[in-house]
Amino acid sequence: MDKTQEALAAADEPVFEAHTPLTTQGTETQFQLIWRAFKAHRLAMVSLWVLIFLYAVAAFAEFLAPNDPLDVNARYTYAPPQEFRWFEHTEEDGWAFRPHVLGYDVEVDPVALRRTFVMDEETKYYVKFLPETWETKMWGFIPISRHLIGVEGRRDVLFLMGTDRLGRDLLSRLIYGARITLSIGLAGVGLSLVLGVIIGGISGYYGGIVDNLIQRVIEFIRSIPPIPLWMGFAAALPRDWSALQNYFAITLILSLIGWTELARVVRSRFLSLKSEDYVSAAKLDGAGDFRIIWRHMLPAFSSHIIATATLAIPGMILAETSLSFLGLGLQTPIISWGVLLQEAQNLRALADAPWLLIPGVFIVITILAMNFLGDGMRDAADPYGSNH
Amino acid sequence: MLRFIANRMFAMVIMTLVLSFVCFFIIQLPPGDVMTAYAAQLAAAGDSSSADTIARMRAAYGLDEPFLTQYFIWLKSLLSGNLGYSFTLQRPVSEIVSSRIGISLAVELLAIVVLWGIAIPVGIYSAVRRYSVGDMFATVFGFIGIAVPNFLLALLIMYIIYLYTGTAVDGLFSAEYVQARWSLAKLWDFFTHVWIPVIVIATGGAAQIIRILRANLLDELNKPYVVTARAKGMSERRLIMRYPVRVAMIPLVATVGWVLPTVISSSIVTAIVLNLPTLSPILLRSLLTQDMYLAGALILFMGLLTLIGTLVSDLLLAWIDPRIRTGMTDG
Repeated sequence: MDKTQEALAAADEPVFEAHTPLTTQGTETQFQLIWRAFKAHRLAMVSLWVLIFLYAVAAFAEFLAPNDPLDVNARYTYAPPQEFRWFEHTEEDGWAFRPHVLGYDVEVDPVALRRTFVMDEETKYYVKFLPETWETKMWGFIPISRHLIGVEGRRDVLFLMGTDRLGRDLLSRLIYGARITLSIGLAGVGLSLVLGVIIGGISGYYGGIVDNLIQRVIEFIRSIPPIPLWMGFAAALPRDWSALQNYFAITLILSLIGWTELARVVRSRFLSLKSEDYVSAAKLDGAGDFRIIWRHMLPAFSSHIIATATLAIPGMILAETSLSFLGLGLQTPIISWGVLLQEAQNLRALADAPWLLIPGVFIVITILAMNFLGDGMRDAADPYGSNH
Repeated sequence: MLRFIANRMFAMVIMTLVLSFVCFFIIQLPPGDVMTAYAAQLAAAGDSSSADTIARMRAAYGLDEPFLTQYFIWLKSLLSGNLGYSFTLQRPVSEIVSSRIGISLAVELLAIVVLWGIAIPVGIYSAVRRYSVGDMFATVFGFIGIAVPNFLLALLIMYIIYLYTGTAVDGLFSAEYVQARWSLAKLWDFFTHVWIPVIVIATGGAAQIIRILRANLLDELNKPYVVTARAKGMSERRLIMRYPVRVAMIPLVATVGWVLPTVISSSIVTAIVLNLPTLSPILLRSLLTQDMYLAGALILFMGLLTLIGTLVSDLLLAWIDPRIRTGMTDG
């Protein structure tokens, strides 16, 4: 074998092989870097899964709810959560896997004439998987009558988290409420984001008088206590508006104040990026304002904005629940967690039915998870930062 | 300094004007006007002579004028101390406000004092003894403060007290003192009741301030001047309180501006849940009945309170920190 052939063979393939692995292994996209930094945050990862679960519940509310959330049961007002058992013991076949709940027995206090529910060991309602129970329309257009779990008998009831003042199933209402409460947080922040990016962007990019004016407006909004302002706007909504109109109006009201924080972040980012070399280069190349902002500046801080937006969601959810709790936010045919907690507003109801506070537990879990997720994202958003 | 004060005062006047405009906008928001609701109320009560009265009152309030004219009429009457008339409570707004304002301010001021009283020592402690058991408790407390809505905290405390003592938390005074004149006994009674709302209101703000103070202090603790002082044999307590804490406090003073809106916001919700005799339940009721002059005046008043508070804190800050009054930083 002579030298030329050897050289040819060597030049043939290794050249390509030497280059390709370098370019694919050595380079990670910005997204990959951020994702790796984020995965290192264990609390943020757990929160992410919790939130995925909650949003999935909200998305499939119709299928997951065992009862019609609006179904009134006069016989079962303030019924406590039922005892749930996986196995049943019978004389004939010993222990068997037969999930069931216990029925209620009503005891009447002879003095106060108050009804109290106790668990009746004799009555058992068998919990079925995918039973045909109540009819509804999935996402408003697919008719379904089978649900994840339920009881089939005509007189059987399934109240795993108890019932409220009108005997409505709290678990089903909680599941339906998740949809409104969780989506209003997203919608409100989405709207705030649009306002914040546009206004903050204008403020930071153009500077001068416009910037000064916008900053004063933001300062003004932030120096006023938000709750009375929200209350004022919410109270002015016409009473005869439909549930949907009401929902959008509340979202709008919440984001009217919520955009300020996002606008501040966007502005400060714009100010720091404006003097970067690549922005000057784009400007000298004759790129228009819109193109510079959209193609050169926005990608540089979009991850940061997403993190800030995530941290703004809990505030929105808190505001919505507080307003609804006070009776000024969403109104009763709509079910949100705040509306549910309104039922627990007085001590009498609380003393009789402490399970009415369960929606509060979910509010706390959601807000904690959002905060952890946002914190993790904020730390991960800057993968070139010093802390990695 | 004088120039700075003049600047801030001017901004304050402008902000107050904008605030009053926003409040008037809210007053005008509901469909119809204030008289529509009142007329309906009179008609429902079977008052047949109302049409004439209504027409006279419409003229008096200038309700048929354009929006801006109405606004100036309202502003003029505000400046002369006439806050309007509450149609549901049948009393002038100024009378309602003045009967409850003292308690409102007392609860809010107490809450601010407690908020700083908790936040500063806890913040310092958890930074100095980082990752200790106490720090972990502070962190958990911080998360509770952030994640538990005020109304839920108030409900929970109310429920727990009911469970263990069987008594209902309600208002700020025991039944026998509600109508009584102020005395030592009544003051004592007030303090035995007021701690619940004060703690509820203070929690959220305290949690945030602990976080800020801890982070600021941690940044300072490793700076060379601290190491130097320590190397020279200064006692640890004196060292920390004298240098890093003072530096870490500066950004904290600037937060006074948002502490006030937070405290007022949370005091509203808390006061409504706990049924306190403050302005907040009146605000809620006036909004629910669309008694807009009363509601507008209350919102204006609460906004004004925070504007004044922010002004005072700005002036204090400028007095402490010369960099701010000379415009070297944006504070």
